[in-house]
Amino acid sequence: MSKKITIKKGFNIPLAGEAEKTITPIQAGHYAIKPIDFVGVFPKVLVHEGDKVQAGSALFFDKYRENIRFTAPVSGTVKEIRRGAKRVLLEITIEADDIPEYVDFGKANPTSLSREKIVEKLLQSGVWPFIRQRPYSVIANPADDPKAIFISGFDTHPLAPDYNLIVEGQGTDFQTGIDALKKLTSGIVHLNLQQETTPSPVFSNAKNVQINWIAGPHPAGNVGTQINKIDPINKGEVVWYLRPQEVITIGRLFNEGRFNAERIIALTGSEILKPHYIRTHLGATIAGMIRNNVNNGKVRYISGNALTGRKIDSIGYIGFYDSQVTVLPEGDYYEMLGWALPGVGKFSFSDAFPNFLNGKNKKYQLDTNMHGGHRAFVMTGRMEKVFPFDIYPLQLIKSIMVEDIDEMEKLGIYEVDEEDFALIEYIDTSKTEIQTIVRKGIDLMRKEMS
Amino acid sequence: MNGLRKFIDNIKPQFEKGGRFSYLQSTFDAFETFLFVPNHTTRLGSHIRDYIDMKRTMSFVVIALIPTLLFGMWNVGYQHFLSMGESVTLWENFWFGFVKVLPIVVVSYGVGLGIEFIFAQIRGHEVNEGFLVSGMLIPLVLPPDVPLWMVAVATAFAVIIGKEVFGGTGMNILNPALTARAFLFFAYPQDMSGDKVWIAEHGDAMSGATPLGNLLTHQPLTTSASDMFWGFIPGSIGETSTFLILLGALFLIVTGVGSWRIIVSVFAGGFGLAAFFWAIAPYVAPDNAYMALQPWYHLIMGGFAFGAVYMATDPVTAAQTNRGKWIYGVLIGVMAVLIRVLNPAYPEGMMLAILLLNVFAPLIDHYVVEGNIKKRLKRIPVKA
Repeated sequence: MSKKITIKKGFNIPLAGEAEKTITPIQAGHYAIKPIDFVGVFPKVLVHEGDKVQAGSALFFDKYRENIRFTAPVSGTVKEIRRGAKRVLLEITIEADDIPEYVDFGKANPTSLSREKIVEKLLQSGVWPFIRQRPYSVIANPADDPKAIFISGFDTHPLAPDYNLIVEGQGTDFQTGIDALKKLTSGIVHLNLQQETTPSPVFSNAKNVQINWIAGPHPAGNVGTQINKIDPINKGEVVWYLRPQEVITIGRLFNEGRFNAERIIALTGSEILKPHYIRTHLGATIAGMIRNNVNNGKVRYISGNALTGRKIDSIGYIGFYDSQVTVLPEGDYYEMLGWALPGVGKFSFSDAFPNFLNGKNKKYQLDTNMHGGHRAFVMTGRMEKVFPFDIYPLQLIKSIMVEDIDEMEKLGIYEVDEEDFALIEYIDTSKTEIQTIVRKGIDLMRKEMS
Repeated sequence: MNGLRKFIDNIKPQFEKGGRFSYLQSTFDAFETFLFVPNHTTRLGSHIRDYIDMKRTMSFVVIALIPTLLFGMWNVGYQHFLSMGESVTLWENFWFGFVKVLPIVVVSYGVGLGIEFIFAQIRGHEVNEGFLVSGMLIPLVLPPDVPLWMVAVATAFAVIIGKEVFGGTGMNILNPALTARAFLFFAYPQDMSGDKVWIAEHGDAMSGATPLGNLLTHQPLTTSASDMFWGFIPGSIGETSTFLILLGALFLIVTGVGSWRIIVSVFAGGFGLAAFFWAIAPYVAPDNAYMALQPWYHLIMGGFAFGAVYMATDPVTAAQTNRGKWIYGVLIGVMAVLIRVLNPAYPEGMMLAILLLNVFAPLIDHYVVEGNIKKRLKRIPVKA
């Protein structure tokens, strides 16, 4: 039963620097896995600096869930095990070999395998962490039977990569991945596609899934929005979700018998001279991609998109779940009477700026300035304009701030992730760090419920 | 501009922790951020942020109030000379009012901001911009002849007891400007009601009562509806011109700063009940002049329009959910007319109606949110 859904609340941020649809292969040379990408994971390291690893060799596992392993995306030498304050593991970096070697996990057809065998293969190869769950947005628990699995076939974040381009020609692997996922749930595998664009045949020809059509602005592409509209999560229920490239990696595991972490990522942002797509591997350093390709001046490198990504440095590594790099100008400047000027040419969701003068199709170079000081919550009714969930966002945020567990549960904390609040944070007049607050609430809830 | 920036950067360390004037840090910050949007960059969460901030939001409300302030100044002079039986030029009218009103505005801002700065410093907070609006609203809801010391006392009461004891901007329950007015109304009724106070330095050529007050004493309504709509009537400084208030409302709605839901629903609620009373008046209470009033008169008399547009919409003290805003607005309109009609000892019902609903707004929100919670619970499939 395919569903058609139109999202009305929300908006697209018209950032400049969209990636041109050409794919360039780059051998990054250095790759890293960063435990910080995995919420709630306490890493126990299995390798030493100088060890030789193959693609698929275990690097560390989660102390609390020992069967969840994290493996090397490429073959090479463990170069550095970098720790930060209080010996927190920051990243394990690998210097790649010229000729890739893979751990052999054996080819198989998932339709003829049992659920246990599939789970075992996914866990062993380190592919399992791609599968995440709501509530809490953490790596899925293999023992759960999720009521549904959601795959969002498009991304509506600013400058987000075009999934149709990314999956091109990988229909077989995508289908195999779905077949494997289908075995993991007694419910439905949902594949959600965008109404306004023509999806790649890889998506539209997919079998074993329920295809739903979603229309509307960001956050229409967020899996949280889609779950809320299609099959909302109630207390005690679990939904798993992953992205198309991650499904393909699962497919390759069965078709090729190895952890082939090849990735296509979009290099975007107003400060990139030639924004385009890059074929590389999971966890690649951005050093080679931005060489001679960035504007002069102070810039910020972001693994992911401008709303939810993580700041990295110019030799930093792309995050485990990211298929985008965004480079924006830093905004550490003073603007004289900036709040009082008419503000022609400034993009704002608010009608207190003359946006209508700028034309509909203008793209904007936005920087990282806060554009104002932190204040108390005063304005109301604005968050609701960009939040399509059937949830009262301000009330939920306040219940998190006072750590009222009962209230958080009643107001729908199980259905949300911090990324669902990114637009609210963007438009917030009080300049509150709302995604951080929501993450704290989710973590608190998870601790209480375990 | 660069020179100014350099100067500020030079003196800044003295106001920071350990500096000579560190006890003025909040004050310094307020002035610095007034001149320059700070260079703070995003740390966590979204890397980009909207240009909208509290300063712009609040200053837009002040802009929306300026026409009523300027007209109010002129009208203070106009009513004064009218009561003296004199006719003078537009500028003489305005100048008289300007000299009357400006000190009230200055006292309101001076006292209010002074207290705000002190509290911000004690709490180690940045100064919130909320009082920029309250400080403008207070003079506009007072009679032109109000003594300045009363303005000072009322403002201090409103900011300290009405706002800061609850934790400051964003935490208060009652609208600060109305708290100031209510304080004066109950503490010094002789200076806040009756027919002596609404015209500055009242002459004897005409009565000084407002149209609302006229009705109270069973005098026929002599003021035309058009005078009431355009604002050529005695009253609080900013409340008389419904036209300019609606202009301000339009500005607030178009820029998204004021809630159209509240503005529309207050007018709808007030009009609805007034129409009902008007229809039944001949049968139930033929001598109640307020009840027999045609319903649109209620909307252009007294502080109804001013309250609906500038007071009821205060986002902190209003209902916060969209559905709650409709209920809250309608009830304000209903209560205001109810108080006017059924408690004629007190003709201006708007102030009390808004303060009352300020108190009930959290309850309204509670039930709206409770509805959402129940919906969520119902979704859970019944386990067989």
